[in-house]
Amino acid sequence: MSEKKTDRRDFLFTATYAVGAVGVAATIWPMIDQMNPDASVKALASTEVDVSSVNPGKTITVLWRGKPVFIRRRTQDEIAEAKSVSLKDLKHPEKDEDRAKNPEWLVMLGVCTHLGCVPLDQKGDYNGWFCPCHGSHYDISGRIRKGPAPTNMEIPKYEFVNANTIKIG
Amino acid sequence: MSDHQYTPKSKFGKWFNDRLPLLTLANHLTDYPTPKNLNYWWTFGGILTFCLITQIVTGLVLAMHYIAHADMAFDSVEHIMRDVNYGWLIRYIHANGASMFFLAVYIHIFRSLFYGSYKAPREIIWIIGIIIYLLMMAAAFMGYVLPWGQMSFWGATVITNLFSAIPLVGEGIVTWLWGGYSVDNPTLTRFFTLHYLIPFLILGLVVLHIWALHVPGNNNPVGIDIQKPSKDTVPFHPYIVIKDGFALLMFMIVFAFFVFYTPNILGHADNYIEANPLVTPAHIVPEWYLLPFYAILRSVPDKLLGVIAMLSAIFILAALPWLDTSKIRSAVFRPLYRQFYWILVADVLILGYVGAMPAEGLYLLIARVATAYYFLHFLVILPILGFKEKTLPIPLSITEPILGGSPNLAAAKNKESLDIK
Repeated sequence: MSEKKTDRRDFLFTATYAVGAVGVAATIWPMIDQMNPDASVKALASTEVDVSSVNPGKTITVLWRGKPVFIRRRTQDEIAEAKSVSLKDLKHPEKDEDRAKNPEWLVMLGVCTHLGCVPLDQKGDYNGWFCPCHGSHYDISGRIRKGPAPTNMEIPKYEFVNANTIKIG
Repeated sequence: MSDHQYTPKSKFGKWFNDRLPLLTLANHLTDYPTPKNLNYWWTFGGILTFCLITQIVTGLVLAMHYIAHADMAFDSVEHIMRDVNYGWLIRYIHANGASMFFLAVYIHIFRSLFYGSYKAPREIIWIIGIIIYLLMMAAAFMGYVLPWGQMSFWGATVITNLFSAIPLVGEGIVTWLWGGYSVDNPTLTRFFTLHYLIPFLILGLVVLHIWALHVPGNNNPVGIDIQKPSKDTVPFHPYIVIKDGFALLMFMIVFAFFVFYTPNILGHADNYIEANPLVTPAHIVPEWYLLPFYAILRSVPDKLLGVIAMLSAIFILAALPWLDTSKIRSAVFRPLYRQFYWILVADVLILGYVGAMPAEGLYLLIARVATAYYFLHFLVILPILGFKEKTLPIPLSITEPILGGSPNLAAAKNKESLDIK
């Protein structure tokens, strides 16, 4: 066998492999995608919550998409405290105004951004939330201040339908 | 490996064996020449096979009564415990069997570490073993989720969230693993499917593990290459069969103790509370056999690096045959390695202990030191030790140290004269 020349047969091989690869990928994709959230899970995308009975300084927890959402009615002191924090002291700098459109109401996913535990209310070094799993401390705006969590607790998409009702999702 | 020709005695046997050589295989397994100095640390391979079969048989039975649905799983487990005939026994064997399986596998792994069984020409056996160990951890984790108690739910949440540490695609992967936006029914059903599948994958890998073992043959406590068959070997049956059998009986006493006297001591009380996505238990801990890795995860303050450290702690084992540069296998002839070996054992036990404790204060400090030492052992100490260590003279055969006999008479004489001085 001397020098290998590219011939018609090589082209046919390459073309066959290419078509085969596309076919295999097209067959595998449904097997992978079937594990993604299905239509019935996606259908439960929004929840309406009546918050008229929540007093200042109290938090309620509601379930949205299988996850807890904290709705806290903050006191004036807490709002002042949240606003007074310098962005330089934050691991994940976010202004309180950007997290709570209506400063009296903090609506956020009650899920620690470290590994997904539910943090405890009014605990920790910053009087906000404390995650018992691996020791992350959050402030009264739900921002990470100390511990392994990389980011602040997430703010879901929500809106006030009227003065007493919040629609999450 | 003995490659002598085997001919079945009966005419039918010969007819059959010519078409499917099962009898040749059986003969190989019976006559398989085994080093005659194997000690009881070598009996854990057989014990592990027993553990795997126990888990498969009890698991099959449990699957006949268990219902993989978020609304019914917890109740179906209680139904197994209270209503199903002997259900309590079968479930306790299965649950404690997982712990026994890991107990045996850790002894098996540390035996390899002590006697250098992972070194050439046994690297493939070792790597297959590490894959089996990884699959065992996956199976154990998913099995722990199935009762759908609080620890099941939150353990599943924490472990699947490890994947969210991956940059860019992490969140997408976690949603894909869950089949939703949190651990829920789709997660439970797929975990049940995979929990059912993995033991059979392990079974296949065990066949490869033993096949790869039978190519070079067993390592032995002296760690030298031996002639097979020779006066250094005994046939597997009856010698090793009896020894393995006796060790298995001793092991089963320990197993039975847990099953009948303290069936819940290795579990967590919170798992008898049904899963509640709104409340995280105050103190989440994995099962005892995962604690050292959990301690490593928590000792790193950064999320992604913590996950990487934890996974590296496992995968580093696969590179061990190349990290350990010493040509001498057995720690018996490596006075320095022997000391580092026991420090590593202590280090892993300490990691396991602090993994069960809250990640704060002194515990966190200890976890960090122990994590650093774990990697130091594999990445620095072992490679350097192979070059620096002054090893003891190794015998030429297994019988030599006992009888003074040796295939090489001159060398043996030489050694005797040295001994006299």
